[in-house]
Amino acid sequence: MSETYEPVIVGFLCNWCSYRAADLAGTARIKYAPNMRAIRVMCSGRVDPQFVMKALREGADGVMIAGCHPGECHYVNGNIKAMRRFYLLRKMLTQLGVEEERVQLIWASASEGILLAEKVDQMTEALRALGPLNWDEKVVNRSNGYKAAEVAPVLEEA
Amino acid sequence: MTKNEKPKLAMYWSSSCGGCEVSVLNIHEKILTVDEVFDIAFFPCIADFKTKDVEAYPDGHITVCLWNGAIRNSENEEMAHLLRKKSTFMVAFGSCAYEGCIPALSNLTSKEATFNTVYKDNPTIDNPEGIIPLTSVQVPEGELTIPEFYNTVKSLDQVVDVDYYLPGCPPEPEQIWAVLQVIVGALLEGAPLPPKGSIVGASNVAVCEGCEREKSEKAIDRFYRPYEIVPEPDVCLLEQGLVCMGLATRGGCGALCPSVGIGCRGCYGPMPGVEDQGAKMLSAIASVISAGHESMEEAELEERIQTVVDTIADPAGTFYRFSMAHSLLQRAKVNGSNGKGEAA
Amino acid sequence: MTEKSNSENKERVGVYVCHCGTNISKVVDVEEVARWAGEQPNVEVARDYKFMCSSLGQELIEQDIKEKGLTRVVCASCSPHMHEKTFRTACERAGLNPFLFEMTNIREHDSWITDDKVAATAKAKSLVRGSIDRVIHHEPLEQIPVEINPNTLVVGGGIAGITSALELADAGYHVYLVEREPSIGGHMAQLDKTFPTLDCSACILTPKMVDVAQHDNITLLTWSEVEKVDGYLGNFSVTVRKKARYVNEEHCTGCGICIEKCPFKEVDEVFEAGMGTRKVIYRPFPQAVPKYPVIDKENCVYFKTGKCKACEKFCPTEPNSIEFDQEDEILQIDVGNIILATGYDLFDSKRIPQYGYGKLDNVFTGLEFERMVNAAGPTDGKIVLRDKESTPKSVGIVHCVGSRDENYHKYCSKVCCMYSLKFAHLVHERIPDAEIYDFYIDMRTPGKGYEEFYNRLLEEGTHFIRGKVAEVTDAARIPEEEGKLIIQVEDTLIGKQRRIPVDMVILSSAMEARAGSKEVSQLFKMGCDFDGFFTERHPKLDPVATMTDGILIAGACQGPKDVPESVSQGAAAAARVAGLISRGTVMMEPVRASIDQEACSGCKICNNMCPFNAIIFHEDRKVSEVITALCQGCGTCVAACPSGVITGAHFTNDQLFAQIEGVLWDMSAEKASA
Repeated sequence: MSETYEPVIVGFLCNWCSYRAADLAGTARIKYAPNMRAIRVMCSGRVDPQFVMKALREGADGVMIAGCHPGECHYVNGNIKAMRRFYLLRKMLTQLGVEEERVQLIWASASEGILLAEKVDQMTEALRALGPLNWDEKVVNRSNGYKAAEVAPVLEEA
Repeated sequence: MTKNEKPKLAMYWSSSCGGCEVSVLNIHEKILTVDEVFDIAFFPCIADFKTKDVEAYPDGHITVCLWNGAIRNSENEEMAHLLRKKSTFMVAFGSCAYEGCIPALSNLTSKEATFNTVYKDNPTIDNPEGIIPLTSVQVPEGELTIPEFYNTVKSLDQVVDVDYYLPGCPPEPEQIWAVLQVIVGALLEGAPLPPKGSIVGASNVAVCEGCEREKSEKAIDRFYRPYEIVPEPDVCLLEQGLVCMGLATRGGCGALCPSVGIGCRGCYGPMPGVEDQGAKMLSAIASVISAGHESMEEAELEERIQTVVDTIADPAGTFYRFSMAHSLLQRAKVNGSNGKGEAA
Repeated sequence: MTEKSNSENKERVGVYVCHCGTNISKVVDVEEVARWAGEQPNVEVARDYKFMCSSLGQELIEQDIKEKGLTRVVCASCSPHMHEKTFRTACERAGLNPFLFEMTNIREHDSWITDDKVAATAKAKSLVRGSIDRVIHHEPLEQIPVEINPNTLVVGGGIAGITSALELADAGYHVYLVEREPSIGGHMAQLDKTFPTLDCSACILTPKMVDVAQHDNITLLTWSEVEKVDGYLGNFSVTVRKKARYVNEEHCTGCGICIEKCPFKEVDEVFEAGMGTRKVIYRPFPQAVPKYPVIDKENCVYFKTGKCKACEKFCPTEPNSIEFDQEDEILQIDVGNIILATGYDLFDSKRIPQYGYGKLDNVFTGLEFERMVNAAGPTDGKIVLRDKESTPKSVGIVHCVGSRDENYHKYCSKVCCMYSLKFAHLVHERIPDAEIYDFYIDMRTPGKGYEEFYNRLLEEGTHFIRGKVAEVTDAARIPEEEGKLIIQVEDTLIGKQRRIPVDMVILSSAMEARAGSKEVSQLFKMGCDFDGFFTERHPKLDPVATMTDGILIAGACQGPKDVPESVSQGAAAAARVAGLISRGTVMMEPVRASIDQEACSGCKICNNMCPFNAIIFHEDRKVSEVITALCQGCGTCVAACPSGVITGAHFTNDQLFAQIEGVLWDMSAEKASA
């Protein structure tokens, strides 16, 4: 790894609150770490834990899931489901040796551009302290997801 | 294979328990048909063959090789390459070959830690000098070598090209028989074979489809370990707080475990299109935790959800019991190091 | 191991990188991003351009779609919330399904947040690559047409709700107006005069209330509350509880004899703000609409002891209008749109103990004072101290009680300066020789005729003291302070602490969100902010719409507002609804979930995931299905489905996995070197 390590965060931002918060941070010209690469989802409830695993496997140093504050979800309670998954995921990721700082769940309403910017800055610093994750170097190739073929008996009973 | 020659069958046992071999024999008298149709080319469990016999075969000589077991050490890997070369069809037979299975749970720890447990720290071990296996030892008679024990357990398709996958721990005898029939049909009568890479002997719908238990909308306020409760006989086990992987697991087994009151363990692997069975199961099960409501303050929400989450003792071991090697992360990062053992 | 064959199904992607004048290009090397994008897999053409959203920029895309046969388009420019629609439409004009387009945000999320050109350019590349990899997996989608039910529900019968209801009814559309109090009118009905013109509030409001009652197109449901809301834009099904009035509305003539004869009085905490009393069977105020009284069951002696029935005895109608056995009615209403105009609560001044409200008799809230100066109020319009006799010789008016205060509400309540000035004027008018002190932090009078009103008050001789009041106390330090209320304040214009003794203190309390506004926002499935005010779709450009299609907001439920603003919003919301109704159908985003019926195992994980009850279970086939029209596209069920058989259109697993790989294109040694 080069000396100037810049952590890379994949951010899953919900369409209604946190993505707009990030838009607002930009519109307000708030300067913060350009280390988060945002992916828009309609709701934090859409974030499948597989996405988190995928991002870590593909080389992200951290993953941020950002949604509307509890009680403010555009879809009433998608963020509560995100929260339930996140807590269990965090427990499992601990078993897999992934430090807690690397996967974070935050809330930012559409008006909280500053808060979102601060959270990205804080997470970037935390990851800088932890160092790179480099998961892609740890895993071997694999293939998966095949469709089962129809299995039809063709042999007569002997 | 010339016209009058019988097709050749091989079955190899690498890192696994041997249940798969027993399962093949469990097709009962149909084993006679297998014997009638095939010549056994290599089957160390039931007949005496040596590696050098296989090495002597021309490439592709073995028609079908049923490979059972994960890739735990260098010998497993060498044999996988050898049998791949000598076989026309390489079948990953059973969960270990398909996705790592129980052996791959050791990917949650390191080779070093595994050795410590097995050779040093176990209460029944008397090993005052702390001797652990070495790949090479000099003795008066010369050098003794044993295969290298890998840090990371792999599935068969992570080391060689695989034609078909037959999931299950072990695969169900009916499914084995059905698959053998397809292969034999193709060989003898020119029937079409499933496309390469297919999962055979399994369904495209999850285990729940075949489970007779009554299912309702789920709202779980705590989870139980199997010894903690006696489940109601006819109600979905998950709804009773017992972790049942049936909903995230490919069917084909006939929902055997849930039908006798044991939650599905997930041995048929993920559903088609699912990249990571453990993560998907985690998502589903966490989604139906009933604790927490949008009107609560965040701190209360956190506490309530955490309390339920705490009742799942070992999420990684539970959700990845069979699919660790095939999961997205594949192994744990251990002791702050990158856990990278052998060359990937 | 599984190499995708690109030769057969290769998509032809066009990538367009916008300079946005210099908004993007001064930080991101847009030429380099475009050059690099041209080398990425599946990319047919990549260009940079000064303004992609200009008509010339859009034509560039259209031309390439036609001439180069592009099958996918990526535009790296601003936020999709800004121009996604623009570019989708451009694609559509050129014959490409608009959903085969993907937007990359390299302005709000990149060039505007950093000055580091190298990092910004690298980030832009990652985001663009994410979009390229994602768009390959896009599928053509069609928008979903939804029919609009022409009936509208208006919740809240204050001036905003009344305006909405009348505008729509006058336009020929049917309106259900639901009000939880026994009469419509809201806060405005409690006011005496309205600033700055000093119109009599009742005089301008009452005719509108009567219009509502008499309008053929309005079904008025007072003493009613919304209990449940199902459905979606165009097709809401609303459950309303019409509380028992114990008065038959068909027989009652509103003569008021029952009220007269009722032997029991209660303090009226609602309409009279605790300043007056009302009977147990009552109308909140004489001009109440509807005119029918309501029995306060909690305090009715008949309901408590089984004796009395005075109202029934004296009711002159035939048959008798009093119905003690009346029960709550549950009504089911089908509407296409809902306008929420639920108003505000007044800040409870007791929360600021140092201002003495509740402890010091002669500290009044603004609303108490409103009732006092109202000719129809408890004191017949006389300004008197709490003893109901003494006329105050000096009055202190305190601004910003609960507003502009870190401890209570940070926001400015907007109307308090003006109504404080109005109070000052009314005191001058009624007690010409009284000394009036007005304590303000900043005098905020933007509005037609507002500043002029302030100037008028300056001329009337009000003493304006700039400073936040620290304390109101009765602890005298000098003889002149004996028996007075002393207002302790730092006069920031002269830089001195002052103690000003007065007879009466009026607290200009903040407007705050209704208690329970959070529950209301959940009931209607839309958002409210931290203060509890409902969140508009866009703070400037879309102030009456919410994030939920078909739910609109008007008046003070959205934030502090005066009467003219509430009226404007009420009318604006009505215009919005009328536009939708006249169109008949609207097109909805096809971002919807669907379940593969062949592969569903019927595990029932998803069925209670949906807050809109869009997932049903077929008992016969033992599989679940998403009702497309009810689905709002959040994707929570997609993430929950353990079998992976629920697809979220336009946010599929394939698309998101590809995007994850794309944005991390440079993170793997193997990938970067390839």
